[in-house]
Amino acid sequence: MHNSKPRKNEFLLTLPSMGWLMIFFVIPTLLVIAMAFRNSDPYGGIGDQWTFNTIRDLRNPNYPSIIWRTLWLSVVSTIICIVTAIPASYFISRISKKFQDIILLLIIVPFWINFLIRIFAWKVFLHPEGLFKQILVTLHIAGPDTLLLYRPEAVLVVIVYSYLPFALLPIYAAAEKFDFHLMEAAYDLGANRFQAFLRVYIPGIKMGLLTAIIVVFIPALGSYVIPDIVGGPSSEMIGNKIAQRTFIDRNLPHASALSALLTFAVILPAAIALTRKFFKEKNSRSIGI
Amino acid sequence: MDDFLILDGISKSFGKHKVLDNISLTVKKGEIFSFLGPSGCGKTTLLRICAGFEEPDSGRVILNGVDITKLSPNKRQVNTVFQNYALFPNLSVFENIAFGLRVSGIKESQLNDEVGKFLELIQLTSHAHKKPDKLSGGQKQRVAIARALINKPNVLLLDEPLAALDLKLRQRMLVDLDNIHDEVGITFLYVTHDQSEAMSLSDNIAVINEGKVEQVGTPAQIYEAPRTSFVAAFIGDTNFFEGDVIEVDEPYSKLRVDGFTEVLAYNDKKIKKGDKVHISIRPEKFTLSIEKPDLSEKYNSIKGKVEEIIYLGYHTKYWVRVNEFLVETKRLHDRYMLDEKMITWGDEIWLSWHADYCYRLWQSLKAKLKKRRTSYK
Repeated sequence: MHNSKPRKNEFLLTLPSMGWLMIFFVIPTLLVIAMAFRNSDPYGGIGDQWTFNTIRDLRNPNYPSIIWRTLWLSVVSTIICIVTAIPASYFISRISKKFQDIILLLIIVPFWINFLIRIFAWKVFLHPEGLFKQILVTLHIAGPDTLLLYRPEAVLVVIVYSYLPFALLPIYAAAEKFDFHLMEAAYDLGANRFQAFLRVYIPGIKMGLLTAIIVVFIPALGSYVIPDIVGGPSSEMIGNKIAQRTFIDRNLPHASALSALLTFAVILPAAIALTRKFFKEKNSRSIGI
Repeated sequence: MDDFLILDGISKSFGKHKVLDNISLTVKKGEIFSFLGPSGCGKTTLLRICAGFEEPDSGRVILNGVDITKLSPNKRQVNTVFQNYALFPNLSVFENIAFGLRVSGIKESQLNDEVGKFLELIQLTSHAHKKPDKLSGGQKQRVAIARALINKPNVLLLDEPLAALDLKLRQRMLVDLDNIHDEVGITFLYVTHDQSEAMSLSDNIAVINEGKVEQVGTPAQIYEAPRTSFVAAFIGDTNFFEGDVIEVDEPYSKLRVDGFTEVLAYNDKKIKKGDKVHISIRPEKFTLSIEKPDLSEKYNSIKGKVEEIIYLGYHTKYWVRVNEFLVETKRLHDRYMLDEKMITWGDEIWLSWHADYCYRLWQSLKAKLKKRRTSYK
């Protein structure tokens, strides 16, 4: 910048939002992390001593399987959402503007129904007495004793259902801006449909894909309501454990320790990716390419 | 040389709109062939049919003796330079050029050699690792050409490749394109709405209007002997007259043109006494003089009054009123200019032209002619 004054003004303009983030995001997060290093008092409050015991308590033998389940459910549901959203966005962005608007409206309409009610609807739908189950039994796809509800797969299906629109919208936004002449250019240069899709379309909607991955993976990682309602004790995720430690055990430091673990699980990969990108750019600049 | 690319009776409609109407053209191997026409005339659709992005409703595309009408774009030995370049924004210049070779799966070492050769051809070796958005318009254009040429196509299709460039750059790119064509010797199919681009680059031009071919010929044929009023008006400026044949004396005929005296015109077609004919005379074919010129009987001379003068540097345009006609004339400045009496507004002057410069048009659009009589252009 040639002049320091505009820069100072720009900084002033960001102050309100920075302040907001500081008060309602950064400080609470730091408080939660700090709380993980406190002991708990017997009355459900926070003790007055600094200790590593709370962190040590994370070595609970039940946790590894819960953490593993949380990870695979989040990863798999993110993959399913992205893989479904890519061809869907391609299709939507290729049809006429009028139908695009209709389809987008149909995607958004379910949001007008309360999230909890939609999840309960799934519970009814997958219930042993529910319609879906009856149809499967009549078609001899499932036996009368098969349980559709209260298993990790049910959680997976409902997470995908809940977050698919969040994957679809950013990918569609990127696809809509994508210059489809580039696909023609790829065909023209000898690429078949698959090659053109992989080498031209996917890189072309990269930013939309990144956004979609973030907005699906992070909320999925912190899922609490979905496994609580459609999953049983065998389908618990970290979110359920945090809630349980908070509301039932009244052990806030322990809940904080779990939350901190989750926060680091999200922030670490992002931090690594950012630093790598930073160094890559710095390198390519210093050798002048 | 043999006919290399043959378009045989191609028609194409989008909905009710007939874009191409029974177009037949032949392109020879190694030449630069242009589709020239105003926007919306169907020239780009014709190019897209050659590339394989559109399928004609009827007709065939034959390349090197093989019918490729139904072949998909990626299987055709034809590559395109797109109007907006369509460079892959996520790939470097090197990777853009390498794209065609990568999808064909050739060896890495061979690929490096090939791409290096083409980077040299377009003089962008030092920019190989830049992304397209770091390049200037002319550089992007050259990358697009190299990317299309590296697949060694039988025909290179160019869709208004210079339209996005400014005038100076366009002139330089024209020379570059011509040099590249000489270097690689590939047949070029060039789509443009710019007559000067088509004239300076092409071996042959097809003038297209409203989905039909108006005329095919060399640039000189198209300019000097336009067959239709559309071609005459689209390529350069011209004057149209309508006349009745009053006397035929091969190879010239005498016409009576309303408001003119008798006009002597060259007969390039069979003509009979009493026919109504349309003729075109280019502005630069007139000789302007203040005194009545002493010329042979093959010349026409007519008196008029200067109504409008536009000075354009290397030449001046004069609009001369001859009764109801406003005749557009052009005169180059030469060294005698300073000694001469200047022609100014309101001067009575003589227009003269050789009978050979009156071209009879095969067909004409009467409504358009009437309008042009009184309008400046």
